[in-house]
Amino acid sequence: MRAATPIRPSATGWLVIGLAFVWLALVIALPLASIFVEAFRKGVNAYFAALAEPDSLSAIKLTLEIAAVAVPLNAAFGLAAAWAVTKFEFKGKALLLSLIDVPFSMSPVISGLVWVLLFGANGWFGKQLDAWDIKIIFNFTGILLATILVTLPFVARELIPLMQEQGTDEEAAAVTLGAGGFATFFQVTLPNIAWALLYGVLLCNARAMGEFGAVSVVSGHIRGLTDTMPLHVEVLFNDYDFVGAFAVATLLAGLALVTLAAKSALEWRFAGELARGSRH
Amino acid sequence: MSAASHALPLAAAGRPRWRWREYSVLPGFAPAMGFTLLYLCLIVLIPLAALIARPWEHGLSGFWETVTEPRVLAALKLSFGLSLLAAMINVVMGVIVAWALTRYDFPGKRLADAAVDLPFALPTAVAGIALATIYAPNGWVGALAAHVGLKIAYTPLGILIALIAVGLPFIVRGVQPVLRDFDAEVEEAAVTLGAAPWQRAWRVILPAMTPALISGFSLAFARAVGEYGSVIFIAGNMPMRSEIAPLMIVIKLEQYDYAAAASVGLAMLILSFGALVAINLVQLALARRGAR
Repeated sequence: MRAATPIRPSATGWLVIGLAFVWLALVIALPLASIFVEAFRKGVNAYFAALAEPDSLSAIKLTLEIAAVAVPLNAAFGLAAAWAVTKFEFKGKALLLSLIDVPFSMSPVISGLVWVLLFGANGWFGKQLDAWDIKIIFNFTGILLATILVTLPFVARELIPLMQEQGTDEEAAAVTLGAGGFATFFQVTLPNIAWALLYGVLLCNARAMGEFGAVSVVSGHIRGLTDTMPLHVEVLFNDYDFVGAFAVATLLAGLALVTLAAKSALEWRFAGELARGSRH
Repeated sequence: MSAASHALPLAAAGRPRWRWREYSVLPGFAPAMGFTLLYLCLIVLIPLAALIARPWEHGLSGFWETVTEPRVLAALKLSFGLSLLAAMINVVMGVIVAWALTRYDFPGKRLADAAVDLPFALPTAVAGIALATIYAPNGWVGALAAHVGLKIAYTPLGILIALIAVGLPFIVRGVQPVLRDFDAEVEEAAVTLGAAPWQRAWRVILPAMTPALISGFSLAFARAVGEYGSVIFIAGNMPMRSEIAPLMIVIKLEQYDYAAAASVGLAMLILSFGALVAINLVQLALARRGAR
């Protein structure tokens, strides 16, 4: 079997390419370009002034803090889940795998809603939390929980196919030769999965910083306190502060572009090693 | 020593013992599995239980009344209808894009290929304000459309465009490997047997793409149904006309009507689950027909 090699396009070929270009421009390239054009519409000074606003700075800080907690937790979960699922055989594995995927098939708004149903004023534990004077919804914890739920599968989804393929031979050899559990993990397993782990962490981080729907339900939009960067973009846009909205948006778009560049670099460098098929 | 090694298989042969997990020399199953299950319970299962339990506060009729409220019903119809339409348009345009990217060499190909992933990486709110800006009546594309009397932003057409943008990568990335790895000899055989180019595409390559197209279609559809950030800015959010289902959840929550919000959420989950089952049945039927 032999794959077809790409050819120089014929007349029909150019038509197909042209259509593809127009379509990609309409739904991807023009929107991306417009973010930067709008952000700099009133000049470089206005751009930096918008970013230096106290509310923008506090939104940036909150976003970084949320990601700094949510991403390591989900990375730890991904490692634990991948270890349990790929190195052992047990009943109910398929069910566990589909459970891990559940957050991908839920609307982000539902991923926020469920926390309000638990911890909101009228929620299951709302009265109790109120009595103890603990605030989760409209607070850091609620935003964190929503972010963790939305980004839960990313690391696990990268690690599981790869570790499945690698099997257990190397670890079994290490253990048989007398290595302890931690030595086996850190010296045998981790070097084998380091790049896939990094890749999963990158995707998880991009989503954690960019999540909008889930976070918007639990945040309460308190300016300077519970607005993450995407929420602050919304607030500024709705206030007709377009330079401000797009200035903050350029930071998020920059993050997306850096993530994509790193993703392409990793895919190119480790074409065979990285698991294919994670498409979220 | 030898007695012990004899005793084991004999005892095992007597009655095969049911095991939850097979024996392994590797350590760490209990802590890894324990942490995984605890984490899934806390983050996924308990919250989902709240969603499933909450709508029945006022009985089945309470749930039914909420989801058949004209405004909610209009939002559900709009979300599911437009998501279906967007996924269908994406099947056609996604194949065209994937075809261009795999079958031809042309300048800018690598860049175009990398750009396809952007909707996966770009935060939805950012995509949302960008789409709303260029498709607004004074935006780059919106102004052109206004010349021919077409209003895009703040109408269902705008929602459709946002849903198309969100779903396109699912189709392109699903079909690309199939087109790239398609056996050239099969196509050459078709040429030798006198197939015209359209016959080759329609009767030889399309059947090979069908499974990838169906799974891409269902992924794009599921994503579109739940999409919020990219849609909300371009939608205009007029009751009965351009409100999407996730927005209804937000509105119900703003009124502190948790049961109604949970009802809409549960209805969305049930409807998407039903749609995905239907898509899977179609796929099974097609596979069976192909096998015959």
